[in-house]
Amino acid sequence: MEFNREFILGCSAIGAGLAVIAGIGPGVGQGIAAGHAAAAVGRNPGAKSAITSTMLLGQAVAETTGLYGLLIAFLLLFLKPLLWGVN
Amino acid sequence: MHVMLLAAESSVDVMAHGVLKYSFFGHEAWITTTHVSLLFVMLILIVFSIFAGQAIKKGAEVPGAFQNVVELIVEKLDGMAEGTMGKNAAKYRNYIGTIFIFILFSNISGLLGLRPPTADYGVTFPLGVITFTLVRINQFKYHKPKEIWTDMCSPLPPWCPIWFPINVISELAVPISLSLRLFANILSGTIMMALVYGLLKWFATIWPAALHVYFDLFSGAIQTYVFCMLTMTYVNNAIGGEE
Repeated sequence: MEFNREFILGCSAIGAGLAVIAGIGPGVGQGIAAGHAAAAVGRNPGAKSAITSTMLLGQAVAETTGLYGLLIAFLLLFLKPLLWGVN
Repeated sequence: MHVMLLAAESSVDVMAHGVLKYSFFGHEAWITTTHVSLLFVMLILIVFSIFAGQAIKKGAEVPGAFQNVVELIVEKLDGMAEGTMGKNAAKYRNYIGTIFIFILFSNISGLLGLRPPTADYGVTFPLGVITFTLVRINQFKYHKPKEIWTDMCSPLPPWCPIWFPINVISELAVPISLSLRLFANILSGTIMMALVYGLLKWFATIWPAALHVYFDLFSGAIQTYVFCMLTMTYVNNAIGGEE
């Protein structure tokens, strides 16, 4: 079956849109981390700097999965791997 | 539709251009903008290091402004290394300080109009591989082979190595996830700024500075911190605890 360039580009755009749905997970996770960090600072204001750095470290690690989705979206949009076999 | 796509392609400039083409053992290779900005970052750091070394060498009893700044930087970096690695910090604070300054400068070089070198996977992957190598070297230096084998089969007893391949994969994922995290963060910032400047045209004046503060400064600093923290944590785990 033959597909033309425009069809594949459109499907790549849809795929890129679907790939960044991965951003939901890190969003929820980082929100939970920030909420618990806020509660921890409320309970023990003296440890604020240690809590903040731990929170940022954990959030940055949790962010990775979302970034993988973003990377796939970028690959689909800019590198267009699906077009490699076509003309 | 086609015209629109082409227009978008031509006006959005992600700044990854070839600058100079050369032949490398018969292969066509390019000097890209990454190399150029890497060169700038290196030059800035080398010049700064030379001046810092001079300032410390003839250090005054009452330090001047520049000597103060240099001492502050070194103290902060050493404090960060010591806070995470404890007494193992002495061996690694030079390396950690070096990659911290290098990655930080690379990340915020987007503010100087350069393409951040860390937005290229060829720059971040070697950094991840260095961390991986450090972890392996320390593991073999501080542990007997039998201990490593037991560790690699970890949830099950050592005579039943069903988990061994899974543990190997999780060890191999360390440099890849480390480097991809840094790379994807900086690349997404770069592309976001390119989209803002490329698609909004005249409307993108002055206010993108706020986006620069987030994408270049905040994100770059956080990712630098995270990369160094994770490197130190992995190396410290490999050395193992005789606290």
